[in-house]
Amino acid sequence: MSRRVKLALYGALCALCVPFVFPTWWMVTSSVKPISDIFSFPPSLLPGRWDFASYGRVFELQPFAQQYWNSLYIAAVVTVGTMAVAAMAGYAFARIRFPGQNALFVVVLVGLLIPSEVTIVPLFQMFHTAGLTDTHWPLILVPILGAPSVLATFIMRQFFIALPGELEEAARVDGLGRFGTFARVALPLSRPALGAVAIFTFLHSWNLYLEPIVYLSTPANFTLPQALTQFVDAYGGPMWNVQLAAASMTALPVLVVFVLAQRQFIEGLAHTGLKG
Amino acid sequence: MTATDIGDRVAGRAAARRRPFWTIPRRDALVGYLLVSPQLAGSVLFVLLPFGLVVWYSLQEWNVLAGTFEFVGGRNYEKLLADPNMGAVLTSTALFSAGLVVLNLALALTLAILLNQKLAGTTFFRTLFFSPVLVSLVAWTIVWQFLLQGEGGVNGLLAVAGVDGPNWLRGEGTALLSVVVVQVIKNVGLNMVLFLAALQGVPRQLYEAAHLDGAGAWTRFRRVTVPLISPTILLTSIITVVGSLQVFAQIAVLTQGGPGMSTTVLVYYLYQQAFQFRHFGYGATLSVLLFLIVAVLTLVQWRMRRKWVFHES
Repeated sequence: MSRRVKLALYGALCALCVPFVFPTWWMVTSSVKPISDIFSFPPSLLPGRWDFASYGRVFELQPFAQQYWNSLYIAAVVTVGTMAVAAMAGYAFARIRFPGQNALFVVVLVGLLIPSEVTIVPLFQMFHTAGLTDTHWPLILVPILGAPSVLATFIMRQFFIALPGELEEAARVDGLGRFGTFARVALPLSRPALGAVAIFTFLHSWNLYLEPIVYLSTPANFTLPQALTQFVDAYGGPMWNVQLAAASMTALPVLVVFVLAQRQFIEGLAHTGLKG
Repeated sequence: MTATDIGDRVAGRAAARRRPFWTIPRRDALVGYLLVSPQLAGSVLFVLLPFGLVVWYSLQEWNVLAGTFEFVGGRNYEKLLADPNMGAVLTSTALFSAGLVVLNLALALTLAILLNQKLAGTTFFRTLFFSPVLVSLVAWTIVWQFLLQGEGGVNGLLAVAGVDGPNWLRGEGTALLSVVVVQVIKNVGLNMVLFLAALQGVPRQLYEAAHLDGAGAWTRFRRVTVPLISPTILLTSIITVVGSLQVFAQIAVLTQGGPGMSTTVLVYYLYQQAFQFRHFGYGATLSVLLFLIVAVLTLVQWRMRRKWVFHES
């Protein structure tokens, strides 16, 4: 590749990455600027003076620590639960022969055509009847067992179908039962696919917005996405510095974890059954 | 050897000759049913049952505030057809989804091709392009809400280039475009990674062979790359189309469906009708419409795959 082509490629990559990087950079740097500096025009890239006051305000205006914990534990439970449900179902559909298998798989697969937005009205009514609105149960149960987990099951099934069967056969010849073969041989081998499922599921739960605003009404029960939109002044105008501080606290930990573990992250995503 | 010993052995042999009920296939099948049971129960309880209910609700006049629940047959569907907002809602939905899918797939493929070059530092750029995927959706949206104001960062950048930018989220045309762009930048990294993996799976020899046969860069892309990554194109396109119809948070935060009805896509309209105006019956009718659109678009893409998706072997 000639020098000139290389330069042109680097130029294109640098220009293209501005809208990908600038918003996050600006969010974090502005959250430590005094409010007057946030509105400086054109925007400044670095804070001139550091001011952490808005971080304190975040916790005064909302039960933010509680809300952070809500989002975190819900996402963790949903991620682990979905991995378990999807790995089990995906393995059974891929590897085990049982009567009615294809029909049952179709029943599950229908979930891909019925996104949870379609069923939000009856789901709300069901949880309302069960007395579970304004609790976290709908945000936990529906993603683990309902439509969102179907894609995870599908990914796991595709992975197990592509996995060579010799190891499992060897394990069976050595006398390991079906479940043992799954849990001790196939499951450890499925780590890349499980990783991809974990990322998808965590992000889905972490970003969930429609469901929380439909189900939850008490601020102490809110999740982060919902909480972020609550930092408004008496006139309904956003309190920008506080919002940006809260947004930074929401975004940074996930970004840091990603940068530390990005190889597993991206390669896991790329090497799922999603390749078709 | 005592008599009881012999008796035990005879009994044992008889048991071995009688076929045990729990043969290996039967045991396997039992494990299979147990393993799929959570997902299956979940599908029945949280997908099929609510889907049946949503169809049933769509046949009711059900206003939670007024406390009415009454079977009206197809009247909600007549209301849907006569709804003066429906034209605007469907137009926004179509423009939004089409813009999002085209821009997302085109940009994802472009970025993947750029990153697939033999160049130092592509991993670094890949990380940068992927990073918005991990930024919390509402945090991302709030930042853009600020940047897209009349006096925001986007216009600050444009002013440097001598362009006087509009108030993006307040103009009928620019609001929809803004939401599309914000959403594409947020999520294009996912498709980019999938495309990149597909591109890396294309054997080098094929390019070399095409090159020897005199194929130019465009012909090689069109005749080698596209057919070989077509399964990934199909998959990303199905996921992106369905995803575009589910976009809600960005619209709720950025524009609340406005200005006018210009960004009121179907999901947002459904939310307004069901949970703001508490018309559960009509909300259910809109849900059925949303389902039909998702189902038809998915099945059409799946059907069309025979025409253009390439299969080895």
